[in-house]
Amino acid sequence: MASPKQEAHWAATRSLMIITMLLWFFFGTVVFAFGEQINHIKFLGYPLAYYMTAQGSLIAFVVMIFWSNNRQEKIDNEFGFSDVDREDD
Amino acid sequence: MAQKSKFIQDLPKIYGIYTLGFLGFFALMAFFETQGMGAKTIGILFVSFTILIYAIIGWLSRTAQVEAYYLAGRQVPTVFNGMATAADWMSGASFVAMAGGIYFGGYTYMAFLVGWTGGYVLVSSLMAPYLRKFGCYTVPDFIGTRYGGNFSRFCAVLVLLIASFTYVTAQINATGTIASRALAVPFEVGVWVGLVSILLCSMLGGMRSVTWSQVAQYIVLIIAYLIPVFWMSWKLGHIFPHISMGGTVEKIAALEAQFGLIKNSPDVLKAAGVPAGLSSMSTPHSGVPVGAMAAWKYISLALCMMIGTASLPHILMRYFTTPSVTSARRSVGWSLFFIFLLYFSAPMLATLSKIQLLDPTLPTAIIGKKIVDVQAIEWVKNWSAVKQVFIADLNKDGILQLNEWFMRDDVVVLATPEVAGLPYVISGLVAAGGLAAAMSTADGLLLAIANAISHDIYYKMIDPKASVVARLTVARALLVVIGAAAAYIAAMRLTGILGAVAWAFDFAMSGLFWPLVLGIWWKRATRSGAIAGMLGGLISGTWYLIYVGPTFMNQTPWLGIDNLRFGIIGASVSLVAMVVVSLLTKPEGAAIQQMVDDLRIPSGKTIIKH
Repeated sequence: MASPKQEAHWAATRSLMIITMLLWFFFGTVVFAFGEQINHIKFLGYPLAYYMTAQGSLIAFVVMIFWSNNRQEKIDNEFGFSDVDREDD
Repeated sequence: MAQKSKFIQDLPKIYGIYTLGFLGFFALMAFFETQGMGAKTIGILFVSFTILIYAIIGWLSRTAQVEAYYLAGRQVPTVFNGMATAADWMSGASFVAMAGGIYFGGYTYMAFLVGWTGGYVLVSSLMAPYLRKFGCYTVPDFIGTRYGGNFSRFCAVLVLLIASFTYVTAQINATGTIASRALAVPFEVGVWVGLVSILLCSMLGGMRSVTWSQVAQYIVLIIAYLIPVFWMSWKLGHIFPHISMGGTVEKIAALEAQFGLIKNSPDVLKAAGVPAGLSSMSTPHSGVPVGAMAAWKYISLALCMMIGTASLPHILMRYFTTPSVTSARRSVGWSLFFIFLLYFSAPMLATLSKIQLLDPTLPTAIIGKKIVDVQAIEWVKNWSAVKQVFIADLNKDGILQLNEWFMRDDVVVLATPEVAGLPYVISGLVAAGGLAAAMSTADGLLLAIANAISHDIYYKMIDPKASVVARLTVARALLVVIGAAAAYIAAMRLTGILGAVAWAFDFAMSGLFWPLVLGIWWKRATRSGAIAGMLGGLISGTWYLIYVGPTFMNQTPWLGIDNLRFGIIGASVSLVAMVVVSLLTKPEGAAIQQMVDDLRIPSGKTIIKH
């Protein structure tokens, strides 16, 4: 059975996963559900929907992964499950 | 951490020297060109020099150890694994066909950009760190151990085979196309030359050879993609095109309105004798198509590619090679960063290519000019001769209209440097880049297939007592056999490069996505559930592909879910089947529950002991 510490670690990990998935869903699909509407808006001179599919969402994904990984490493450290200074496999 | 070997410590230095060496080679070729060396010789030198380097890396990384052969010794540093994954990921299609696809397909086609990047968020959050903790050699190894039983392992191997084999034929096809063009040999010969080069990078050292040659291939392909983009945009006065081309995109929209976007009917094309595979521009560059159906088509394609990304075994297995769970996770971020560098430049390349042909104030413009003048341009002559571009004066006015200019998608990447008047050395560089992209992906895929058969079928099911020598011999023999089979099929040219690539994603997501995710995130998932998920997804997806596929039954798709998006059907069936069957069967025992608990924390030993 999982120890209470493991349970708490997993609960925190799961919340982070859900937040990340919501962000992913927003930049991967929701934005483009409104492509027609937002394309009238200009960003850096580009039509916004065009910009999002050409660069914006891609940048969001990169930032999202690094952000989420930092949060996850903090969670792992907090519960003492980090493997960064592990001696061996 | 165990003592880092000298080799690992020296990696930045080694690849730094390699990069300088490659740039030096590029400069040398540029110099030879000014001294009168022919275009053909430059192309041959570029392609053969780079293949030679990869082969040397493959040979230097040879190994006789199982851990090194399957997992590159689990010592690939984060950033280098990111580069190797990026090369593994970006296929010949990404390199050669993507900018062309954007050029012709506009906004809707750009769903591929989002689809082929966003999936890494899923890989990072849902999969990579947990699979690394598991310590598996292959993706079916995870399925077989988490759910238990040879049959579940076999189902995973089956999905892997179907998805990866579809994909690898497309890559060998691309390798053949590029090799045949650069070396001036027939396509069928190019395919076999490509295969031999691919095997040289993988056979002797398995994952270890593939890893270090993929890093080298990434460096070549990213240089080869970015140099022409930046060079051309500098010529037009944009220092950093990604930030400053908003005005250009707007100008293209104005020019489209001025020239008129007309879609030619198939009858007109036939009457004018336009070669198959060539098209004229008829989709707006930056406009979003109207209506909910158009939005759904975009979203469904992006979703298929994203979920497919997170299910493709040749990508997931790259994260088995990092030293720790944390480094596997970080490595996903670096992978996406390196991929992003190319993907966010592809639309810029399409934009540059278009503005140069359309804008009458630029010397390179051809649309709206006299056809006799256009036909006299050197690059138009060259590419017309090989039937890659075509001019048809449909309205007989002697002026080239937008709908009278036809070209193949690949031409956008391959010919744009010539259009812009860049020296030929750039074209040689682009050929080397395209070859690197196709070879690195083919290597990853072949290895995924051969490893699944040698490890999961031969070692785990047929002969668990096999010696190390026997296991590695089988693995290597399989690489050759599968490579030859793929090359044989590629030489028959059954599908276009892109059709087959999208199918691989759909197959993978239909069969593997839910069994992998739920195996980690849902303790209640059982063996029978996983088997139902894999088979249900695979069978329903395949059936639907046959139902709507244009070369098969060609029925009207449901809700716009066509043959590129059949994974939506497969993955939905897979999820329902897996959840229902899991709930109907007994929960897995304490040992499996313990395994899942262990899998969820980064610290501690790997789950599988080899």
